[in-house]
Amino acid sequence: MRIALFVTCVNDTLYPGTGRAVVRLLRRLGHEVDFPAAQTCCGQMHFNTGYRADAAPLARRFADTFDDYEAVVVPSGSCAAMIRDWYPTLGVEPPTGVYELSEFLVDVLGVTDVGAYFPHTVTYHPTCHSLRMLKVGDRPLRLLRAVRGIDLVELPGAEECCGFGGTFALKNADVSAAMGADKVAAVRRTGAEVLCAADNSCLAHIGGALTRRRAGVRALHLAEILAATEGDAR
Amino acid sequence: MTGSMPTYLGMPSFPEAAREAVGDTLLRRNLAHATGTIRARRAEAVAELPDWERLRGSARQIKDHTLAHLGHYLRLLEERVTGAGGTVHWAADAAEANAIVAALVEATGETEVVKVKSMATQEIGLNEALAEAGITAYETDLAELIVQLGDDRPSHILVPAIHRNRAEIRDIFRRAMPDAPAGLSDSPAELAEAARRHLRAKFLSARVAVSGANFAVAETGTLVVLESEGNGRMCLTLPRTLITVMGIEKLVPTFADLEVFLQLLPRSSTAERMNPYTSMWTGATEGQDFHLVLLDNGRTDVLADEVGRQALRCIRCSACLNVCPVYERAGGHAYGSPYPGPIGAILSPQLRGVGSKVDASLPYASTLCGACFEACPVAIDIPEVLVELRARAVESARHPLTDAAMAAAGWTLRSPARLALAQRAAGRFRRLTPRRLPGPLRAWTDTRDIPRPPPESFRAWWERTDGGRRP
Repeated sequence: MRIALFVTCVNDTLYPGTGRAVVRLLRRLGHEVDFPAAQTCCGQMHFNTGYRADAAPLARRFADTFDDYEAVVVPSGSCAAMIRDWYPTLGVEPPTGVYELSEFLVDVLGVTDVGAYFPHTVTYHPTCHSLRMLKVGDRPLRLLRAVRGIDLVELPGAEECCGFGGTFALKNADVSAAMGADKVAAVRRTGAEVLCAADNSCLAHIGGALTRRRAGVRALHLAEILAATEGDAR
Repeated sequence: MTGSMPTYLGMPSFPEAAREAVGDTLLRRNLAHATGTIRARRAEAVAELPDWERLRGSARQIKDHTLAHLGHYLRLLEERVTGAGGTVHWAADAAEANAIVAALVEATGETEVVKVKSMATQEIGLNEALAEAGITAYETDLAELIVQLGDDRPSHILVPAIHRNRAEIRDIFRRAMPDAPAGLSDSPAELAEAARRHLRAKFLSARVAVSGANFAVAETGTLVVLESEGNGRMCLTLPRTLITVMGIEKLVPTFADLEVFLQLLPRSSTAERMNPYTSMWTGATEGQDFHLVLLDNGRTDVLADEVGRQALRCIRCSACLNVCPVYERAGGHAYGSPYPGPIGAILSPQLRGVGSKVDASLPYASTLCGACFEACPVAIDIPEVLVELRARAVESARHPLTDAAMAAAGWTLRSPARLALAQRAAGRFRRLTPRRLPGPLRAWTDTRDIPRPPPESFRAWWERTDGGRRP
């Protein structure tokens, strides 16, 4: 199977550790992955803010870059949803076989135990586009439950939006911050040391609020927990 | 023709109004409590029905079919209502509808009307228009009465006084209800009893009533009102003249179609299995005059819009408000319209255009989390319409700051080389990443840290190490 990684512009630029974790994880599971260097961004920010003329060339670039692959793995629920659900609106046929990471692992590779070891207390935030657009259901949780050493605790009100919403975080900063404050309070109530999600943009928002408060909770992408093994120092 | 709806005078943009609401601790508490309670109850009521998704599908189909043949069904309704002794009036906009109602009331010689809770009459500002004609309208829905006595604005479709708690309601009654008993406490039973006595006098003396309608059945000419208190039933039956103002999208073709909506609406709005008071009437009852005012007020424009027309499926259940995390924190007033929350964010700008500050800001009043779409009993894809309205806002006007930022981002992202260059620059100067960003980006760093760019981007790492195969 020819597998490509669409790392996403946010991960590429700000969270390269997430991309490296996906590569390491898939390699451990016996799969090589390509990183087509022509990739940039799925166009979600432009599209959701109304800038379709800027989103369209990015969508076409994505389709051209990934057309030849049997599977494209995306470590971001909202980018995967953008590609699958919204590209047709821009007149771009999305390549078949675009999967959010947990979908790829559970549905395509058929694994839930990926051989990870992560001896920490973790709570999981499902993120809206994974939940309501992709409908990934409990796939991420099934993957997390199979991690050895993990103490997975339930997040109260998990399905409620964290308040990020892309440019919403700037355009409606007060409501965004109020939603973020409630999400942070829910995370802290769990006593978790690590907040996990499958979308680093939501995690930048919640995680940024957590560190601003010196909350003693770190935000970590699902891929990084699934890639961790006993050999890791963390 | 674009509709007209009172945009409350001097209404600020959504973010500005929301800023104030977010800082109002009592409002936040009232809203979080009320929406949290109804949210949980709705989820339970919906989970009881194994065929909920199929019901949603049917509702969507019935509404879409009706909207696609709206002219036919409206003519049929007119024929059946007229045949049953009612009179049908057609109003292109708010001003026409208000003038029709005022003239009908004046013809009776009365100067007072009682009202059944109605969104359409709020949309057209009927109470204010009647007041100008020297006619006093008395709201008889309990929550609507609280809003009217408090000289306030509704903040929720179903529970217009959701922003008030019991203690505030007691204060309003004491201040503005002339016949409020001395020593009125804030117990729900005492408050309800005070309202009951106050309203009973109105019901018994009123000779004209004004209502809205939840549904109208085209094949029979039957009008349907759903309510929980029985006050609507009294308005609909006691006065000699009944005037109903109804948006033209409220139609269903057949009586059997009601079966679907009478299951969906109560569970979605009040989390009840069955609606407490469902009143149906066909034409004029003996001894009563019945007038039906069919209101367009921008609806045919919305109908002409391929993406936006799904908003006309709305049955005003308010499930989208109750599940909306933005509504929960901003409150209903920030939306500057009788239609708050997610449905308001797509309905108000479509019905009245985006000429005002608040209407222009409404399409952005959402994180696109999709909770509204998931809860909507008629499957209105609210995020889809919001994104469509944003695209039109971008096409129709300049937004210098955002336009420039989006153009710069677009230019960078259209080329992997330019993206790599930007990443190298961010990495090189990462130690200079400020804790507080300047200009509009301050909105982020006011409450959140920003991630410090890594020394090496993912693509640089991949290139240097051949995807981790070289150290």
